[in-house]
Amino acid sequence: MRYVPMTEYLQIDLNDERWQCRRCHHDIASARENYKTGLLVYDRDPREIHRPLIDPEKYEFTFSPDPLWCRIVEFYCPGCGTMIEVEYLPPGHPPTYDMEIDIDALRAQKAGHGDDVVIPLGRDIPVNFSTKSSSQWEGGK
Amino acid sequence: MTQAQMPYSAEEQIKVDEFLAGATLFLGPDPEIMRNHKSAPRTPLEEELLSQPIDSDALDKVRKRIVAGLDEAYEMMEQTGAAPGAKWGDLTSAVYSAGGDLVHISSGGVLAFASVLHYPVRFINKYWASEPSVGIHDGDAFIHNDARYGNIHCTDQSIIMPVFHEGEIIAWVATVVHEGENGAKEPGGMPSSSESAFDDGLRMPPFKIFERGVLRRDLLTFLQNSVREPKLQYQDLKVKYYAALRIKERVLAVIDEVGRDTFVVSLRKSLEDVEAEARRRVSLVPDGTYRVNLWSDSTLRENLLLKYPCAITIKGEEMTIDWRGAAPQFLNRAFNSTLGTSKCGMNQGILAFLWPDLPRGISVMNSIEILTDPGSCLDPTDDAPLGQSLQGAFKAFAMTQALWSKLTFSCEEKFGAIIAPWFNQINTFLFGGITQHQEFVGNVCADLNGMGGGARAYSDGEHSMAPFFAAMADIGEQEIIEEDVPFMQLISKKIKRDNQAFGKYRGGMGYEMALAAKGTPFWGFATVSSGSKFPPTPGLFGGYGCPTLPLAKIKGVNVFDEMKNTPENWQFDFETLLNEQPIPGARYSTHHMGMALELANEGDIFMMCQGSGGGYGDVLERDPAEVMADIEAGYISGETAREIYFCVFDPETLAVNETATTQARDAERRARLERGRPYPDFIQDWVTEAPPEGIPYYGSWGDDNSMIHAVAWGAAGPIKLVAPMAQMPPIMLPDPKDLAILGLQAEIAALRATGAPSDA
Ligand SMILES: [Zn+2]
Repeated sequence: MRYVPMTEYLQIDLNDERWQCRRCHHDIASARENYKTGLLVYDRDPREIHRPLIDPEKYEFTFSPDPLWCRIVEFYCPGCGTMIEVEYLPPGHPPTYDMEIDIDALRAQKAGHGDDVVIPLGRDIPVNFSTKSSSQWEGGK
Repeated sequence: MTQAQMPYSAEEQIKVDEFLAGATLFLGPDPEIMRNHKSAPRTPLEEELLSQPIDSDALDKVRKRIVAGLDEAYEMMEQTGAAPGAKWGDLTSAVYSAGGDLVHISSGGVLAFASVLHYPVRFINKYWASEPSVGIHDGDAFIHNDARYGNIHCTDQSIIMPVFHEGEIIAWVATVVHEGENGAKEPGGMPSSSESAFDDGLRMPPFKIFERGVLRRDLLTFLQNSVREPKLQYQDLKVKYYAALRIKERVLAVIDEVGRDTFVVSLRKSLEDVEAEARRRVSLVPDGTYRVNLWSDSTLRENLLLKYPCAITIKGEEMTIDWRGAAPQFLNRAFNSTLGTSKCGMNQGILAFLWPDLPRGISVMNSIEILTDPGSCLDPTDDAPLGQSLQGAFKAFAMTQALWSKLTFSCEEKFGAIIAPWFNQINTFLFGGITQHQEFVGNVCADLNGMGGGARAYSDGEHSMAPFFAAMADIGEQEIIEEDVPFMQLISKKIKRDNQAFGKYRGGMGYEMALAAKGTPFWGFATVSSGSKFPPTPGLFGGYGCPTLPLAKIKGVNVFDEMKNTPENWQFDFETLLNEQPIPGARYSTHHMGMALELANEGDIFMMCQGSGGGYGDVLERDPAEVMADIEAGYISGETAREIYFCVFDPETLAVNETATTQARDAERRARLERGRPYPDFIQDWVTEAPPEGIPYYGSWGDDNSMIHAVAWGAAGPIKLVAPMAQMPPIMLPDPKDLAILGLQAEIAALRATGAPSDA
C-alpha cells in the first residue's frame, strides 16, 4: 500500500514519505515530521464559533468560551482550504504534535497490502472506503 | 556502612518481616496492590490444569453461564435497588478468580468497574484471609466504598463475597451500585466542596458486613448513623447482598455441572484470551506516538486552568499511556482522582469505544503501561480529597477516547467506530433535603445520563444519548422521579438550540433543564461540572468541540406563583428566560458549573444544559440539507446555518440555494487561505514561554512535561511556581468567599479613603 489514509483529511505517501491532503493531494510535510508544520494556521476568537447565546452585557457565562482563556486554533490545507484539524488551546500554548508516526514500522506493517484496500469506519453500520481512489488520483477538482 | 545499615541475614529478615507485619499500625491502601492494574500470573493450580488438554466448548459454556448470572444479578439490582443510580443502571456485578483477578462483569451497567473492582478483593486476600480477627469463611460478605482501596468514586458501594467449593475459595463475586448518599460534606455523595479526605463521607476499606450468612447489625447501624439515608443504606445493602448470592448460586451450579477444574481453567483462559486478543489489536495500530492536550477550567470551587496531557505510544503489541505533566493534586479541592480511578476512566474508553466487543475483564489492560507523576491530580496521595474524583476519571477517559480514532483510522480491521469525543462532564443536579414524604434524601438526577454522543465519520452524533460510561443507562421518567422528590423540571429534555459541536457531521446535542423545589421545608441543589470558560469536549479531524455551558439561576420570586398568576410571563426556553427576563422582580444570573449545595427557596429556578459530543470534519462539507433539517428541528438557528455552515437559503421555506451555497463555501475556503498563516510564522508570534498572566494555571506548558506550572497560596498570597512535580509544595487554595470578602474590604477601604460614605 502506497497511500495510507491516516485521518479524514490526511494520508501518508509511503513512497515519498510525505503527508498529503486527501482532498486535493497537496504535499504537506515530511511524514517523519508534524504534519501541522505544512498547514496554514489561524487563531480564532472562540466567540465567533460558539457565539454567546445569552446576552454578554448581562451575564458572565454565556455559552461562549472565554477568549482570554481559550482560543480555537484552526489548521487549513494550503492547497484547498479544507480545515484539517482544530485545537482548543490556552493563548500561547504550542499546538500539539498529535501524530508522530514511525514511518519505517508503518511501511513494514503495510507491506504486502495492495493499493485497493477496504478500510471500515465503523461496525454499527457497514461504512467503508477504498484506498483505490488515492492511487488513481489525477489532480484536484 | 554503619551497624544500623547492615542488612539482616535471611533468617533475621523473616523475623523482622513477621514482627513488622504483626505490628503494622494502620492497614492503609497498599501501593503494591493499588498500583497494579494487571491480572496476576497463573497460580500453580492453573498452571497444572492449563498444561492438560482443554475442552473449548466447556469453557465457552462456563463463560456464558457466568455472564448470564451476572446479567441476572444486574437486572435484580436495577429492579429492586432504592438508589436512583440503581434504577438507571449505574451499577455492575462481577466474577473473579480466587486470586482476585476480575474476569467478567455484567453486559449492562458501568464498564469502568471492570478495571477497579479487583483492588479490594486483593486487599481482602492479602490482609484479612490470615488475620485471626477477620478471616474468610463461607457465607461471609465484605462491604467497601473507599476509592483509595479501589473504586470509581466513594459514592459507589460494593458487596464482595467469596465462593467456596469443597472448603476452598474458588472464586469471588461482587455487586456494586452508585448509591449516592454516603455521609459526605454535601448530600448525594459527590461533594464538590470537599476540602479534605474527611469531607468525602464514608471511607470503608473492605470489611465484613455478613458473617457466615448473618448480617452484622452492629456495623450496619454504625453505617446508617454515618449517612443521611439510613433506609437506603439498609435496603441497598440487602439488594446487593442477594444479587451477589444469586451470582454465587449460578457459579456453584456451573461448577457442579462442569467440575472444579474446568471452571478454574475457564476463568484463567478468559483472562489470557482477552489479553492475547488485546495485544493483537494493539499491534494493528501504526507504531508511533499520539498526543492530545485537554484543559479543565475549574476545581468546582473556582475557575482556573488544569492541564491534562496524554501521549499514547504504540510499539508492536505494547501501549504506553503517559499522563505526566498533568496538573498537581490540590489538598483542599475535590477533583483529584486516585490512580486506580484514573485508569478506570481510561479503560472505560477502551471497553466502550475502542474494543467494545471484548469480554470485560481486568486483563484487557495487561498490554498497557501507564506513566504518571505521583502527586498529580491523576495520581494523588492518600490524603487528597476525592469528592469529585469523576473530574479526573472523566478527563482520563476524554484524553484517551480523543486519541483512539487517530490511532485506528488507517486500520483495516476495526472494533469500534471512528468517532469524535463523547461529552465528558457531569451536567446534572445533585440534590439534598426533606421530601414530601418527610424523609431526608441526598442524591443525583438521572440527567447525568443524557450526554450527547460524538459525531461519527459517517453520521451525526446522537442527542442526549447515554453517558459515556454506561451505554445502556437510562435518564428516567420525570413524572416517576417527582413522586419521590419535591422538585419539578419546568423545562425538561428540550434540546438546547445551538448547543452544538459543529462539523461535517455534528455532535449529538444536550438538552436544557430548569428545576424548582416545591412543598419542602428544606431543600438544596448542587452541581459538579466544569467547562463554563473552556470547552470540555474537543472535536475530531477539523470538527469543532462543544460550546461552554453555564449554570443559571432565577431567584427572588416563586415561579409557581408566577405561573399561576401571570402564566403569560413564563417561557419554556432557557435562552428566552435569560435574555428577555420576563418575570418582573426576579434576579437573573449565570455561574460556572461547580456549585456546592445551595439552599433553594420554593420557586427558585436553577437551570443548566447537558453537553454535546464533539463534531467531525470540516463544517464546509456538511450537507446543506442536514443543516436545514437541524433548523427545522429547532437544533440550530438560521444564524448558525449562515455563519458556521455557510448555507444560503430561504428562511421561510428553508429551501437551499445550492449555487449560492457552493459559492459562499468556496469564498470561505479562499478566505481561509488568506487569513491562515504558514506554521513557522504563526508559531513565532503565538507561542509564549509561560501561561498567560492573570490566569491561575496548573500543569505543564508546551511539550516539556517535566516542569509543572502552578500558583501556590501561602501566607503572602499567591506565588507562581515552575518545578518538577516531585518538588511541588502542597497546593491549597483559599476559600473563594474569603477572597471575595478581601476584595470587598479593599473596595470599602478605597471608598473610605476618598471620603465616600461607606455605609451606602
Ligand atoms: Zn487540500
